[in-house]
Amino acid sequence: MAETQHKVQHTGGDAALAALHARTPAVIAPGHSFESVTESISHIVLSKRTPIGWFFGFAIAFALLMLLNVTIAKLLLTGIGIWGNNVPVGWAFDIINFVWWIGIGHAGTLISAILLLFRQQWRTSINRFAEAMTLFAVACAAMFPLLHTGRPWLAVYWLFPYPNTMGLWPQFRSPLIWDVFAVSTYGTVSALFWFTGLVPDMATLRDRAKSRTAKVIFGMLSLGWRGSARHWHRYEMAYLLLAGISTPLVLSVHSVVSFDFAVSVLPGWHATIFPPYFVAGAIYSGFAMVMTLAIPLRKYYQLDGFITMRHIHNMTKVMLVTGMIVAYGYANEAFFAWYAGNTYESAMMWNRMTGDYAFFYWSLIAINAVMIQLFWFRSVRDNIPLLFVLSLLVNVGMWLERFIIIVTSLSHDFLPSSWDLYTPTRWDFAMFAGTIGLFLSLFFLFIRFLPALAIFEMRTITPEAKLKMEHHG
Amino acid sequence: MSHAETPSSLYGLMAEFETATELVHATERARLAGYRKMDAFSPIPIEELSEALDLPRTRLPKLVFMGGLVGGLAGFGLQVWASTTAYPMNIGGRPDLSWPQFIPVTFETTVLGAALSAFIGMWALNKLPQPYHPVFNVPSFARASTDRFFLCIESADPLFDRNGTAAFLKNLHPLGVSEVAP
Repeated sequence: MAETQHKVQHTGGDAALAALHARTPAVIAPGHSFESVTESISHIVLSKRTPIGWFFGFAIAFALLMLLNVTIAKLLLTGIGIWGNNVPVGWAFDIINFVWWIGIGHAGTLISAILLLFRQQWRTSINRFAEAMTLFAVACAAMFPLLHTGRPWLAVYWLFPYPNTMGLWPQFRSPLIWDVFAVSTYGTVSALFWFTGLVPDMATLRDRAKSRTAKVIFGMLSLGWRGSARHWHRYEMAYLLLAGISTPLVLSVHSVVSFDFAVSVLPGWHATIFPPYFVAGAIYSGFAMVMTLAIPLRKYYQLDGFITMRHIHNMTKVMLVTGMIVAYGYANEAFFAWYAGNTYESAMMWNRMTGDYAFFYWSLIAINAVMIQLFWFRSVRDNIPLLFVLSLLVNVGMWLERFIIIVTSLSHDFLPSSWDLYTPTRWDFAMFAGTIGLFLSLFFLFIRFLPALAIFEMRTITPEAKLKMEHHG
Repeated sequence: MSHAETPSSLYGLMAEFETATELVHATERARLAGYRKMDAFSPIPIEELSEALDLPRTRLPKLVFMGGLVGGLAGFGLQVWASTTAYPMNIGGRPDLSWPQFIPVTFETTVLGAALSAFIGMWALNKLPQPYHPVFNVPSFARASTDRFFLCIESADPLFDRNGTAAFLKNLHPLGVSEVAP
């Protein structure tokens, strides 16, 4: 947060440092003041005019959201037989999409919590909308396992521990129950963190709003925040503590998700590399999604003074590192399939590489292991349209990874007599597209009605926030 | 919001400053002058302001630790009770109290307890939500959430004197000094 900013700066003119700074773009464009930062961000929310492009984008997203409603209605009326899931592939799009969405959420928490602890100042411009992305992604993710139960209103008693009339309790030895606790805790803590960050900005919007309705709504959301030093004092402590708590949490969530697979004995799932490999994959895909959202956001709302090339470069580098860890995971899986000398393991790997789903396996390798090598080049990191396309491809690649892990292992287990192929139905695709609609609809509403960048944190990185302890002008 | 013990019908006096540096200096000077019941307001968190006001360490970390502890014990206790007493089930011959398998959920409930106590504790200690506060009566205070810095000395302070304190605040070179209606 702001601690480093307010320390009196006594930096000498180190030539090497200066040269480095010249090469690295700033985290905020020069010339910004408290007023200009506040105005540029709050204007998007308080302006009476909604850009025409917003309506266009929201219309598409909302249409997909309606498709989700239709799909859910059909699902609840008919049953999960409308999906392509079969025996042996009992987990398919539902779990693929669940893992994909949860993974995307991880970047938001990494940016808001882990980068805060590491005092990475560049996180400031992107943390708010990345946290919003986390919340919306978790909402999309949670929908899949719930609807996979077919009768979600009955699912409560085996998911949550509560004294029900049947005297039943959840099976706490099952990773699926760990998942319920991990994801619900993750969603709750992310929401608390996000709301805490929003409160001072709500006060800003309350004070700047012209219309009575906006004043009342933002007034309630601001909880009566008045910027008191005593409040800031505890606020900063709470923010730091929430960041500290969220850090192990975010690492645990995808580890627990990976236990859903790793704790079983299925070839291709039963691997100790799964937790770190899943966490790296989550951060990798999450940063791709942050990039996918940030590039249009900074373009259409003229936020390139806040989300600068520095952010784009750094996100690309994080994707490169985490992508390489994921690629190491693929290599490790293939190596152990051979080295362990287990027939089922090697058959699984051979099936992935040459079987019915080989095209998807090699596509994911092409994206997640080969294509990301482009990120080594500065010319690529500077090319925004190309980065937009690459970030979309990374999302596709990570979706394919989950498809391969889940479907190939299930379709070819131990007994050849139980092997079967899986083909998704149009309802599978409708539901996936529907959750994308839900995610984008929420995101469009968020951009219009809440500050997409953390205003008060952006103020702390302007020169105005620096205290001048010796008075000169 | 009535201050029966003070003769004046004022909540306090508020000085407005243009920069964070001026506010920190003014707060230090006010403290040196002996004022204690005062508060500073800023659009960003300023660490030096906490020092200038000599704010005590917050109890929040202890609260969060307790919250985490309670969350963890409750989560573990629930699993032990459910698996050994309420609904024992033989899963692959494992003992009813197979505690290593209870760790993930225990971890999550610990985090949940700690996070909830950080969130609720911070707002409760700050006595928020509080829809009305006298400082909002000062029209220029609307800029406290954008780019202005304020110091308010409350009339509840023993040293408070309507004219004397106003003169003291004016001496700190503020943009202006306003009276705060209760």
